[in-house]
Amino acid sequence: MQDFGAAFRLAGHLLVSGDPDLLEIVARSLAVSLGAVLVACLIGLPLGALIGFLRFPGRRAIVVFLNALMGLPPVVIGLLVYMMLSRAGPLGPLGLLYTPTAMVIAQAVLVTPLVAALARQTVETLAAEYDEYFQSLAVPWHAALGALLWDGRSALVTVALAGFGRAIAEVGAVIIVGGNIDHLTRVMTTAIALETSKGDLALALALGMVLILLSVGVNAAVMGVRSRAVEAGHG
Amino acid sequence: MADGTLPPVLTSSHPIGGLTPLRMTGVRLVRKGQVLLNIEDLTIGSAGVTVLLGPNGAGKSLLLRVADGLVRPDAGAVTWGGLAPDGTVRRRIGFVFQQPVLLRRSVRANLKFAMGISGLWDRRKADRALEDAGLAGLGDRPARVLSGGERQRLALARALVLDPEVLLLDEPTASLDPAAVAAVEGMIGRAVARGLKVVLVTHDIGQARRLADEVIFLHRGQITEQAAARLFFADPRSAAAKAYLSGLLIP
Amino acid sequence: MLNRRTFVGLATAVALTASSLLAAANDAKSILLQSTTSTANSGLFDYLLPLFTEKTGIRVDVVAVGTGQAIKNAENGDGDVLFVHAKADEEAFVAAGHGVKRFDVMYNDFVVVGPKADPAGVAGGRDAAAALKAIADVEAPFASRGDDSGTYKAELKLWQKAKVDVKAASGGWYRETGSGMGQTLNVAAGMGAYALTDRATWAAFENKGDLAVLVEGDTALFNQYGVILVNPEKHPTVKADLGQTFVDWLVSKEGQAAIAGFTIGGEQLFYPNATPSGS
Repeated sequence: MQDFGAAFRLAGHLLVSGDPDLLEIVARSLAVSLGAVLVACLIGLPLGALIGFLRFPGRRAIVVFLNALMGLPPVVIGLLVYMMLSRAGPLGPLGLLYTPTAMVIAQAVLVTPLVAALARQTVETLAAEYDEYFQSLAVPWHAALGALLWDGRSALVTVALAGFGRAIAEVGAVIIVGGNIDHLTRVMTTAIALETSKGDLALALALGMVLILLSVGVNAAVMGVRSRAVEAGHG
Repeated sequence: MADGTLPPVLTSSHPIGGLTPLRMTGVRLVRKGQVLLNIEDLTIGSAGVTVLLGPNGAGKSLLLRVADGLVRPDAGAVTWGGLAPDGTVRRRIGFVFQQPVLLRRSVRANLKFAMGISGLWDRRKADRALEDAGLAGLGDRPARVLSGGERQRLALARALVLDPEVLLLDEPTASLDPAAVAAVEGMIGRAVARGLKVVLVTHDIGQARRLADEVIFLHRGQITEQAAARLFFADPRSAAAKAYLSGLLIP
Repeated sequence: MLNRRTFVGLATAVALTASSLLAAANDAKSILLQSTTSTANSGLFDYLLPLFTEKTGIRVDVVAVGTGQAIKNAENGDGDVLFVHAKADEEAFVAAGHGVKRFDVMYNDFVVVGPKADPAGVAGGRDAAAALKAIADVEAPFASRGDDSGTYKAELKLWQKAKVDVKAASGGWYRETGSGMGQTLNVAAGMGAYALTDRATWAAFENKGDLAVLVEGDTALFNQYGVILVNPEKHPTVKADLGQTFVDWLVSKEGQAAIAGFTIGGEQLFYPNATPSGS
């Protein structure tokens, strides 16, 4: 197919030319997905950590449920958030539908179970290691939670990256709650979907390549910070 | 201390109404139909080093955990100076594990965390503790890259810096080379000289001889003998202890 | 070194960047238009809306989905103006009180596209229903929208007229993609299938592959677009004044002339036919 060559050339051209529309969409994609991951981490990390180190009845059921939620299709999340944020929905008066905020909410809902489930695993392993020591010190639960999250930070950064990967790559949720409105809620993935539906496969593929570069860049930046931390011996 | 006589009550920084004696009565622990621990009556006094001696699987480590309240017995009572080993009491007792549990932080941050739990962070005190442990200058090193001996000394320093009234040690030198063992025993000795009560689990007869003021011999979850170290090593009463001291493998 | 301060700093930076970017826009005068993929993907809106914005200072944010979903969204109050192509549904929308009044805006037509090899031999025909019947007879693959769009509704009417029960053939030669017009054309191009498409989407579509227009010109292929202001009495958040300005402009001489001026490759794709009185 000649589309591949065309896509590579187009991707290169898009990057070199610094097309303002493209930059805008890239910036919005980053803002939405990083914002969503931030929210997801603020909720998911403590939640996952709590489930990871507290022992309570029904815990296993919650773990199974959380792991299952990881597989929820983005479009279902999008639909649920749409129904909540629609003017006819319970949160309609906030007027958030078709705004970037709605997209952040949808992606945060999408990513939080992933972050929580992976954080649970990390913290559970660490908690098993620390358990007797913490007991012998009678460490209060909140201090234990903080220590587990902090000492697990190296692995938890990877968890956050996994969350970012899922957020930046999904299209099903943001296209429903964002509406793919030009200059308002269009992001990389919805732009790719749009160009595909226009039959402009080369442009769609070129945008996909830019998206991959974007993802690689964020991962490299975070891993760079992390490996310096490991070198400093705190990993 | 290892001269075989129980020393007089040493001066202690802690007020009367301390945690000793430790008393256990009717303590039983059964798992899968097997009696792991059966202590009818045990008193451990305030002075010197008490060594829990016995073969592997005798229940020594379990006894130590039950004493600290980390494991709840199926029956019986454990008291420290009349108090049950709840969180408040546990914080007055230091516990060092066979495999030291070190936080994934710097050496100094490990002390800081332990001290911070009780709101006692004091950097100069922490540095003195590191010095005593021979770890001066390693404060900023990640704890988990230390050598085995350094790790155990850090664990010990981290317990001692909290000024515990009692120190429970669960085979602290089990996997260390002789030089590292000597360093750890040196730290224990200095702490005991300052008046700290130590209860030490070991299956190393040599270590028991070097450190013990009092020996409790455990076999199959039961105490077969409790005696001053001098008497115990000179003339063990129970058949199991006799066999163990003579180097026989006892089941 | 990844210490607490770096961590908090990073998180704060992310939060600030995100919130500043997200807060941008949205204060300007704007309306939300629920419309269809054919008007958006053909490029009509890219041409038309800047003209309107330049004149009035009102930005138009477009949600381009199938007609059915656009109507549903508007019924939920998630939009100020509805601009779609399924006249019966639009009139029902107004009758139910969701819309103020419906105006004809423009029309174009549907065309039957298919592989140049044309296994059903329909090329050059003018009778759409007969062509579909021929496709059904030889069981040549046909890619259908299979959604709730205006195009799909027009297609179903044609099948009815041809007396073909496509539901029975679904999954066989009749393939419902359940997706937008462009996506369905991608499928048709990929499997060498026939499809019904609006002419505007077809003209702007860039992945035609082996497909070509085979049947056109039937009056049954007529495709009327209408515009409706969402009823502010039913949905108080509707920006009635700004929305009405847009509706008025679309049916005005100026708006109508602008629509007529939109071409792709020299071909006019939409034909204005507003009547000032509306329907």
